[in-house]
Amino acid sequence: MGAYLIRRFLLMLLTLFGMSVLIFVMLRLVPGNITDIIFDSAGFVNPAQKAKIERQLGLDQPIVTQYVAWIAGLARGDLGYAFVSEKPAIEEILPRIPVTAKLAVLALVFSVLFGVPLGVISAVRQNTALDYVLRVVSLSGLSLPSFWLGLLILMACVQWFGWIPIYRSTPDNFWREIALLSIPAAAVGFRSSALVMRLTRSSMLEVLRQDYIRTARAKGASDASVNYEHALRNAVLPVVTIIGIEAAFLIGGLIVTETVFNIPGVARFLVEAIRWRDYPIVQNLVMFIAVVVVVVNFIVDMTYVVLDPRIKYEE
Amino acid sequence: MRAKIATAMALCLWAVTLAGGPALAEKQGGTLRVYHRDNLPSGSIHEEATISTVQPFMAVFNNLVMFDQGKKLNSAETIVPDLAESWAWDATRTRLTFKLRQGVKWHDGKPFTAKDVQCTWAKLTGKDTADDFRRNPRAIWYQNVKDVAVNGDHEATFVLGRPQPSLLNMLASGYTPIYPCHVSTQAMRTNPIGTGPFRFVEFKRGDVVRFARNPDYWKKGRPYLDAIEWKVIENRSTRILAFIAGEFDMTFSADVTVPLLKDVTSQAPRAVCEVASTGVSTNLIVNPSAPPFNDAKVRQALALTLDRKSIIDIVSQGKHSLAGVMLPPPEGSWGMPPEMLEKLPGYSADIDKSRAEGRKIMAGLGYGPGKTLKVKVSTRNIAIYRDPAVLLIDQLKSIYIDGELDVVDTSIWHAKVTRKEFSVGMNLTGVGVDDPDVNLYENYACNSERNLTQYCNKEVDALIDRQSQETDVATRKQIVWEIERRLAEDLARPIISYERAATCWQPHLKGFVLHHNSIYNNWRFEDVWLDK
Repeated sequence: MGAYLIRRFLLMLLTLFGMSVLIFVMLRLVPGNITDIIFDSAGFVNPAQKAKIERQLGLDQPIVTQYVAWIAGLARGDLGYAFVSEKPAIEEILPRIPVTAKLAVLALVFSVLFGVPLGVISAVRQNTALDYVLRVVSLSGLSLPSFWLGLLILMACVQWFGWIPIYRSTPDNFWREIALLSIPAAAVGFRSSALVMRLTRSSMLEVLRQDYIRTARAKGASDASVNYEHALRNAVLPVVTIIGIEAAFLIGGLIVTETVFNIPGVARFLVEAIRWRDYPIVQNLVMFIAVVVVVVNFIVDMTYVVLDPRIKYEE
Repeated sequence: MRAKIATAMALCLWAVTLAGGPALAEKQGGTLRVYHRDNLPSGSIHEEATISTVQPFMAVFNNLVMFDQGKKLNSAETIVPDLAESWAWDATRTRLTFKLRQGVKWHDGKPFTAKDVQCTWAKLTGKDTADDFRRNPRAIWYQNVKDVAVNGDHEATFVLGRPQPSLLNMLASGYTPIYPCHVSTQAMRTNPIGTGPFRFVEFKRGDVVRFARNPDYWKKGRPYLDAIEWKVIENRSTRILAFIAGEFDMTFSADVTVPLLKDVTSQAPRAVCEVASTGVSTNLIVNPSAPPFNDAKVRQALALTLDRKSIIDIVSQGKHSLAGVMLPPPEGSWGMPPEMLEKLPGYSADIDKSRAEGRKIMAGLGYGPGKTLKVKVSTRNIAIYRDPAVLLIDQLKSIYIDGELDVVDTSIWHAKVTRKEFSVGMNLTGVGVDDPDVNLYENYACNSERNLTQYCNKEVDALIDRQSQETDVATRKQIVWEIERRLAEDLARPIISYERAATCWQPHLKGFVLHHNSIYNNWRFEDVWLDK
């Protein structure tokens, strides 16, 4: 297990290095840079002043020099200065991470809490009216874009309650914040829950047809024991995999959800930074997301061992 | 007789009571909550050319003079004192002296003096190169300011190269705050210091901008509000719904388009909504150095095919204004009367006749149904740019021009136009003050950086200088209209329309007057209060 962990760690470092090069190069391949955008807000471009700002920001340096400076900064814990706000990038990024993290965790919790039990029920009650209703719900979850669902929720709240569940200021306690974030989390988690539900259902159906399930029933085990202790535990492995993948994809869903519900998180901030070609923000944020994705995948791999003791990474 | 006197006195007393009534009703306190439509670039008004910065940050500053915040139309007659208590021109009308208010302090406690006025214009005119602005979009406004001389701490004199009566109008704009000498331009972008009614508190990018009441404001009893909070909400549906739900006291300036207005007024019937001209024009830009548009005949045909009215009808349900270069009446003071406008090339009401003429020109150049001219119509990737561009493409077909929409990422639009990497484009231009000096110098003078198409006609430049010096309004108007005619003939950035849109606020917001001929000059908020 120890050798496996070291191997995985080295692979993670290699992946992150590849990501850093990719992010750095791709950002600079996109037409226009921060100076064009700074001037855009002033309604004109002055080539001489533009060159001066490029010099100030170090954009006139060769790309390799810029890359080395960034990585050296990262190693020292210095993320550089945001081009637009002219503040240390860390000050811009850090306060936004907890907001998005809470939203993402809530969305994942929502997708698991709804997706897994409803998937099990749908499988156990296969071809009943309840199964059909749940399948329609899961299909609609897959086909409704989360921004559209978010807008529908907002419109319904304004129309019926004269209230809008958007993030106006940081709530004064943790639970109020969770309550406020639960609505957007539901909007973004609905799609994931639909996916989890469908996968749980198909996986459960496959497992329920296995011999050992029939044996368990023959031995007189209750329905609940068969469904949840024997079947679900064996059916859940692919579901865990998909939850891991969804966690990575969640950031895409969060961009629109944070925009619609006006949540000051990193996902929306990242898009804004890309629009402004604010390289220090984009580079560091994308690297942060890459680290999260790599770590989540690592955790998923480790979860397999817990869920299925037959899996041994040493062998 | 006594009875008459008593009646007259009673009437006077009643009138005085009525006049004093509203003042008694004004309430102190509360936070004004306004939504902001986008992520504002910085807090430095002098470095930006966008309402996104002016609207929130104008309340931090004072000007020397300003447009009366309580009057709907900005003009020379509505200019009132601000940091300057009085002003006077000398006999040659080339020296404008301001007597400055005493006892005014910057938000950091340092005293405001005439030196600060001098410093501000040293940066604007490029004399201070040690700590200059990153960009200076309105440098052209002050090209005639040769010096700002100070006499003690409380007198500043603007020395001009020639008479320019409009200088006062430019000084009254929301774009012309006084900056402190002792604060760097970098700090002014991120943590601005002013003398205004509200102090800057924080600017969380993409989230919120906060201002708090300045307790040491020189205007006693003002401002009424304790704080102003600008919440950035980029999604239009969300912010409009939030306003309807009562989360905000006011919308962003001109954020409610004509088609949206019906929704807002039906769902928030108590909201006060005013449709006003924004001072923003939709205009056609043509690159005269890109063949075949280097041929004046092709440009002429292009002008003849424009059906402005149909674009206005489709885009704004007929609410935008048909216009020349200057904002048209009734809001605009300098725009041509409609009967005169109709005589300009491309403005004829008989579109069929104009287009027949345009087709004839194009046929003479070898184009026809079998051989169309293929062009890219470039525009910014924003709906208000794209929509008229699509309609233009349809109209170009009538003169054998086959247009293709070239949507340019908004971040590189100006860079692309400056490099002249376009043939035909659709553009939007905002004008800070309804004054010919502002509009004509900024957008049509040979040496202006914001003259995007780099149109240059020395005769037009001479006319612009002539109108700028003219003190008689009627004579000046005639010169301005002559310039309009020349610009229309040269197809120099032909104006399609001037935009109109609504700003809405809740009925408990009092003391706010929306300006109807500019969106840039009425955001001081010192007279605004909340009746809650």
